[in-house]
Amino acid sequence: MSTATTTARAVTTSTIATGKSKDRNLASLIFLGVLWFSLFFGVVVLLALIIDTAIEGSGRFDHYLFTDYEKSIAHEQAQKFSELRGIPVEDLSNHFTGFRGGILGSLWLMITTALLAIPLGIAAATYLEEFADSSTWYNRMIEVNLQNLAAVPSIIYGMLAAAIMGLMGFQFKGIVIGGAIALALLILPVVIITTREALRAVPQDIRQGSLALGATVWQTTRRQTLPSAIPGIATGTILGLSRAIGEAAPLIMVGLAAVQWDPTGFTSKVEALPMQIFRMASSPQEAVQEAASAGIIVLLAMILGMNAIAIIIRNKFQRSW
Amino acid sequence: MSTQPATATSSTEGEPSALSLSIDEEAKHSVIGEVPAESVMETFHLNVFYGDFHAVHDVNLTFGKNEITALIGPSGCGKSTVLRCLNRMNDLVPGARVEGEINYHGQNIYGPKVDPIAVRQHIGMVFQKPNPFPKSIYDNIAYGPRVIGMKVDNMDDLVEEALRGAALWDEVKDKLKQSAYGLSGGQQQRLCIARTIATKPDVILMDEPCSALDPIATAKIEDLMLQMRKDFTIIIVTHNMQQAARVSDRTAFFTAKPDETTGNRTGLLVEFDRTKQLFSNPADKRTEDYISGRFG
Repeated sequence: MSTATTTARAVTTSTIATGKSKDRNLASLIFLGVLWFSLFFGVVVLLALIIDTAIEGSGRFDHYLFTDYEKSIAHEQAQKFSELRGIPVEDLSNHFTGFRGGILGSLWLMITTALLAIPLGIAAATYLEEFADSSTWYNRMIEVNLQNLAAVPSIIYGMLAAAIMGLMGFQFKGIVIGGAIALALLILPVVIITTREALRAVPQDIRQGSLALGATVWQTTRRQTLPSAIPGIATGTILGLSRAIGEAAPLIMVGLAAVQWDPTGFTSKVEALPMQIFRMASSPQEAVQEAASAGIIVLLAMILGMNAIAIIIRNKFQRSW
Repeated sequence: MSTQPATATSSTEGEPSALSLSIDEEAKHSVIGEVPAESVMETFHLNVFYGDFHAVHDVNLTFGKNEITALIGPSGCGKSTVLRCLNRMNDLVPGARVEGEINYHGQNIYGPKVDPIAVRQHIGMVFQKPNPFPKSIYDNIAYGPRVIGMKVDNMDDLVEEALRGAALWDEVKDKLKQSAYGLSGGQQQRLCIARTIATKPDVILMDEPCSALDPIATAKIEDLMLQMRKDFTIIIVTHNMQQAARVSDRTAFFTAKPDETTGNRTGLLVEFDRTKQLFSNPADKRTEDYISGRFG
């Protein structure tokens, strides 16, 4: 072993085996600390809110929450509970008030919104992505305005929907179709944008392969591009709908109001869960406020459920090209 | 790219007039050797533009029936552009414009009454990267005949025939219902060839079909091409000169000429001849430089 090798080894040992890491110096640690704090702040505040709400509403996680209408209770039940718990009959309704109207209303609104927004959104996105000549001024204008539409306040869509309902000749606008028009208009830009992204993710190779066989653009779109984009479209659409389910402002604008019955069709009067929560949370009665907290948890569960479905679809059908 | 000016300088030493020639004059000086007796396609003063950019200048070529014609040349010389014009795939590029004529059995495929979709049914194409559809092997083959409305007595027989034609049948006959994405790269490319054969085209264009494949898969595709020659006319773009020498009957050599003011490189045809002639005894200095590996 030569002296040179020995010296080199000594030098190496002294420079790389220093016993500490440069990734752990003060600046790095401070930076890491700031990142941790930001994450902590976001997550903890959200968690605190959810836990606080869940505790407040904990007394009301019973089946009446789902089966009863707002401030209503069947007469014979009222008698029974009045005797059992020693609460005056006239005050009882507050203790058993439920969200049946809101939950069923929101479900009806979601389904109708999906029926309106999904076909329109996919068709519009398919036109823009597969057929439109993006060099023409009108197509460019549409593209720019789509981005802007996604940022329009939701209450504006409520006014628009009310106007559409008026033009269609509906006297009373607070019905399933009215609310669904408002929500569909609200999520349409989101559906279009996510569908376009899903279509864009389908490699150009697939389209070219199909066209080179002598297929038309329409055949290529219908048989290759759209089927390949379905997972992305489904994910985007569900996320759009889960935004719509939490909206109250456009629905109030259209004229949805409290109901004491189940919706039976597209022209039934309905109300939505977020509206009912808003109304009940501002009530002076503690029992009603407690129910509102429980209602918030129900709404959160519905939204999280929809998002979970979106994530499952995305993971299950994820394709690497 | 950097070798281009160097070549230009070296050629000035030999023939002083070469550099001063305008692109129009140079295109007229394309060396056209022996042309095929029975032609399927011809290009006639083919010029291609992408917007203002002149991509290909005045190409005159003749593609012989049941022959393999190779288009070779350095990157950016327009050989792929020419190939994509032959079945009007260039129509799909925004801003692309074609001047001149491309005759297919005597009919100009850029004529006013020609339907590009019908052209593509006669002139199939295989791409650089294997691009099977995200479907089963069977559906990959059956897709073409279905979309073009081909009269098929028995689809199973047609699928088998196409897969045999692409020397893939024995490897996939037990997994026709499985996804095409489970196949290896070479198998996927042969599936793409089978998919093209299934629609019974006349001409098959291949755009660097082996550039994404390993040598063994490449050899299989080359054998396949030599077999397919008896039924189809094949036009292949390749970067691999050995491949051109191995499989093709005729070779067209393209080069790129930079514009003196803009620096945009316009492709032009330098030499077109029998492959043996072009490789053993090239008429143009640039062809010789390229095939001997001195530039490109």
